Amino acid sequence: MPLNILCCVKRVPMTGGRIVLTADEGAIETRHLGFTISPHEECGVEEAVRIVEAHGGSSTVLTLGPPEAEEQLRDAMALGIDRAILLQADAELDGGATAAAILEAIEAERAAGTEYDLIFFGNESADAGNYQVGIRVAHALGRPCVTGLKAIAVEDGAVRCEQEVAGGRDVYRVPLPAVVTVKEGLNLPRYPSVPGRMRAKRKPLETRPVAAAAAGVEKVRLAVPAGEGKQAQILGHGPDAAPAVVEVLRSVGVL
Amino acid sequence: MSTLPGRARAVVIGAGIVGNSVAYHLHQQGWSDLALIDKGPFPNPGGSTGHASNFIFPVDHSKEMTALTADSVRQYRELEVFTQSGGIEVARTEERMQELRRRMSSALSWGVGGVSLVTPAEINEMVPFVDESILVGGFYTEGVGVVDSLRAGTLMRERAQAAGALTALANTEVLGIDVEGGRVTRVHTTRGEIEAEIVVIACGVWSPRIARMAGASIPLTPAVHQMIDVGPVPRFADAKSHIEYPIVRDMDTNMYERQDGAGLEIGSYAHRPILHDPEEIPSVEEAALSPTEFPFTQGDFEQQMEHALELCPEIVGDESVGVKYAINGLLSLTPDGMPILGETPEVKNLWSVAAVWVKEGPGVGRSVAEWMTHGESEIDLHSSDIARFWYHQKTRAHGRARAAEGFNKTYGIVHPGEQWASNRDVRLPPFHSRQVELGATFFEAAGWERPHWYESNADLVEEYGDRIIRREAEWDARWWSPIINAEHLAMRDGAGIVDLSAFTIFDIAGPGALAAVQRTAMRQMDVPVGRVVYTPVLSPGGGFKADLTIMRLGDDLFRVVTGGAHGPADRKWFSDRLPEDGSAQLTDVTSGWTTLGLWGPQARTILEGLTRDDVSNEDFRFGTCRTIELDTLRVLASRISYVGDLGWELYVPIDEGRRLWDMVYEEGRPHGLVPVGIGVYGTTGRLEKCYRAFAFELESEYDVVEAGMAWGKVKEQDFVGRDAHLRQREQDPAAILCTLTVDDHTSKSGVKRYMLGREPILALDGGRLVDRKGRGSYVTSAGAGPSIGKHILMAYLPSEQAVAGERLLVEYLGERYPVTVAVADSTPLFDPENTRIRS
Repeated sequence: MPLNILCCVKRVPMTGGRIVLTADEGAIETRHLGFTISPHEECGVEEAVRIVEAHGGSSTVLTLGPPEAEEQLRDAMALGIDRAILLQADAELDGGATAAAILEAIEAERAAGTEYDLIFFGNESADAGNYQVGIRVAHALGRPCVTGLKAIAVEDGAVRCEQEVAGGRDVYRVPLPAVVTVKEGLNLPRYPSVPGRMRAKRKPLETRPVAAAAAGVEKVRLAVPAGEGKQAQILGHGPDAAPAVVEVLRSVGVL
Repeated sequence: MSTLPGRARAVVIGAGIVGNSVAYHLHQQGWSDLALIDKGPFPNPGGSTGHASNFIFPVDHSKEMTALTADSVRQYRELEVFTQSGGIEVARTEERMQELRRRMSSALSWGVGGVSLVTPAEINEMVPFVDESILVGGFYTEGVGVVDSLRAGTLMRERAQAAGALTALANTEVLGIDVEGGRVTRVHTTRGEIEAEIVVIACGVWSPRIARMAGASIPLTPAVHQMIDVGPVPRFADAKSHIEYPIVRDMDTNMYERQDGAGLEIGSYAHRPILHDPEEIPSVEEAALSPTEFPFTQGDFEQQMEHALELCPEIVGDESVGVKYAINGLLSLTPDGMPILGETPEVKNLWSVAAVWVKEGPGVGRSVAEWMTHGESEIDLHSSDIARFWYHQKTRAHGRARAAEGFNKTYGIVHPGEQWASNRDVRLPPFHSRQVELGATFFEAAGWERPHWYESNADLVEEYGDRIIRREAEWDARWWSPIINAEHLAMRDGAGIVDLSAFTIFDIAGPGALAAVQRTAMRQMDVPVGRVVYTPVLSPGGGFKADLTIMRLGDDLFRVVTGGAHGPADRKWFSDRLPEDGSAQLTDVTSGWTTLGLWGPQARTILEGLTRDDVSNEDFRFGTCRTIELDTLRVLASRISYVGDLGWELYVPIDEGRRLWDMVYEEGRPHGLVPVGIGVYGTTGRLEKCYRAFAFELESEYDVVEAGMAWGKVKEQDFVGRDAHLRQREQDPAAILCTLTVDDHTSKSGVKRYMLGREPILALDGGRLVDRKGRGSYVTSAGAGPSIGKHILMAYLPSEQAVAGERLLVEYLGERYPVTVAVADSTPLFDPENTRIRS
């Protein structure tokens, strides 16, 4: 059965080094940083593309953010997503307002004749980490929601979900339409091909303004936890270092 | 972990390929007590070396760059970090094919073997994933290869450490550099202070920031070079090494494609110039990847993806091949595209080794270490000398303007006469408005706008008719006009007025002035007041450091006049050799004086019409200077000539310059005076007289004997390079500078072609001419000789071929033309007895 899939992502700074805050400590200093989406969402995009490849249908990527977030939407379309919606907001919204804006977009889509069978969120955003937008949207839509997924399979009008829990996995089977929030490890996302990138430039992208909403959560300031940043440890020199290297490779599961 | 030494003979800042190489070669030169520090970790401290594409194409149109690259390849091979892959510069257009033929000639000129032009089918055979149907041909270089520059740097550093000559410290950031009495004394770091005799800045894109700590300037601009890596490529699945296919440079799109293990790396110099500030580069800790690997900006790469797809459709069009890595990598650009090497003019013992790419890194390291040790290097580095920059050329705005303009020329077809478009009209002579009225075409020299020819003389082209050789091929005629030749003939028939404002002029004054100029100039400077001496300035090894004129204006006052482009370096050379006791001072008066040249058979008549002073041949001899009154102006007139005609250089304070122009112009017009551009002064007039020019014929690789300028006795007084010069006089020269003329210009297509310079001179059997010191023969200067009706070439020839009447070949854009040695010494082709200038 062909599915209409919506995949929600968030533009976030691509950190890697020590995080620097803006002078007012209200945001991350992004002057030197690129932008991306979270690894969870990358898996959501990949899964959406795979499901449509396997079952037919179409995929839409949606984000709420500044005009520059078009970059993340094109990135997703380069991987195979068919179209994109940019909910353009000048300021960062809290979880409740974000969910409300997404809901409004979903309603508008429905009014225009597009009903989403399956909606993907990352388990949490890479920056704010509020863990709630997907659940809020599901609740408002009155749909089942399974969070923290490490495996998904679409089967006869339902979706089989494997949720990571301590010591194992819980398996749910929920009827469609449904909302899922997924985690890194769900799949191994592909890299964009050059033809994919070129196609992405021509795929449809629709921009809708989002009005600023009253914040339920107020951000006071950010602080960088101690101990962040790159850590390097010299394991040894020459052949003598080999056992220590083997140990590290074992510990990360390569050997 | 090493500890910071309290003092070091030299502190090298920056442990990329350049810093490691400098430290190693200083050790090779016998230095010890060296310290190498970097704010980043070893072996990859996070500079441009760490993300460099690491491939090397050995052929460049620049002799200096080719020599540095060749030496680097030799070192990389010795370190066993060089993998030869071969490389092909491919052409999509006919225009590019011509450029590749020009590359063939440069390879011959500089002695790079293993090169050939290849057909599209041959390209496809070597690189089967290239779509040869879009190509016209290519230039294959066997010796292209890939190096492991991080490994090379590590090996060099470790060798110097193992010998006990070097202490190397990672994660040690420089916080400040102390300067006392104009010299560096100390480096402050996050691990403490080091007393330092010498400090070397090898900090790549950070170099300007570090230099500023000491009050010096290194005018480089960090700019983005985009590259992506796609894979895994099915065709490369079984690749046994990281490079197995020749590297392809897609010249017309400013891009390259190369196999890298299972991937294909695609790099670009085609995007808009993306410039950064050295002060704004993130720290090692803050950087997501490394400080010089910036986030990729996809929007700048759209067109490049299409170009890559056209050339390598099999790989780039494969849906299973993904973009795995993409960065905006930082590299260093300079206002003229050359590195920035040498002791900074601002601070003694503070050296810059910056704007150096991986391909020339080890060669630069060796050369600079030689320079620091012996005062000169085997490879002549004058094009890279940090002292070459004028004040305005060191500004941020100029650096950025030229970096932006130069970036897209990285793979460009750059004509030898090509002019920069950005940041022009910086230095204007007082008669600039007159020149504009006369329709001057301006070329830039040291920031000065200099007329190259005047449209007002266009009628003369018709007048001289067949005596003026037209150039049929667009390339030969680009940045050129037949008006130059017409101006030349008009000057020889009547007179010409030449704007020489771009001269660099500095005075050396004081009780020690004579000793100072004696020590620097090769020729006798203890001459009567009022004499003008044309003299070589030698390097310690007896090569050319400069050639210039010195006027003795008083017992204790000498005025040095030299070219604009090399002026600041000459000024530093003299300044560095002033007596330590302060008994002589150097004052740059370039911006105080303006100079007009007045030459031609009517020059005296014109001058006589303006002055009551005696300017007769009997009273005002050639090679003398004096102040005369021209109407209301006091003018320093110097009777010398670079164009081979009677006349004077007329010097006046710059505010009186326009008045001087107007007076001479109005007085001269009835006598056939025309404005004459630098096309005559720098090329046609000079070549007919076989006058040598610095950076063309004269450079440190050749000596005075070889240049045919060892006339007269060697003065008794000591001067820099004297011992070497005496030795050179004892020996048979390995090569002799000759003047040749072209016998037949007709190409295979029937179009007549005119060489522009730097082409190889070959034996009749097509073999390279190489002298016993291993130097190949090439055209040092080329241009028309309108008065003798020939195209003139100058070239150093091995002594066996340096015989008048010897028949040889010159290769130009892939074809060979017969030439004959006209003179095998400095005897002029035009007016060999010099009766004109001495009349």
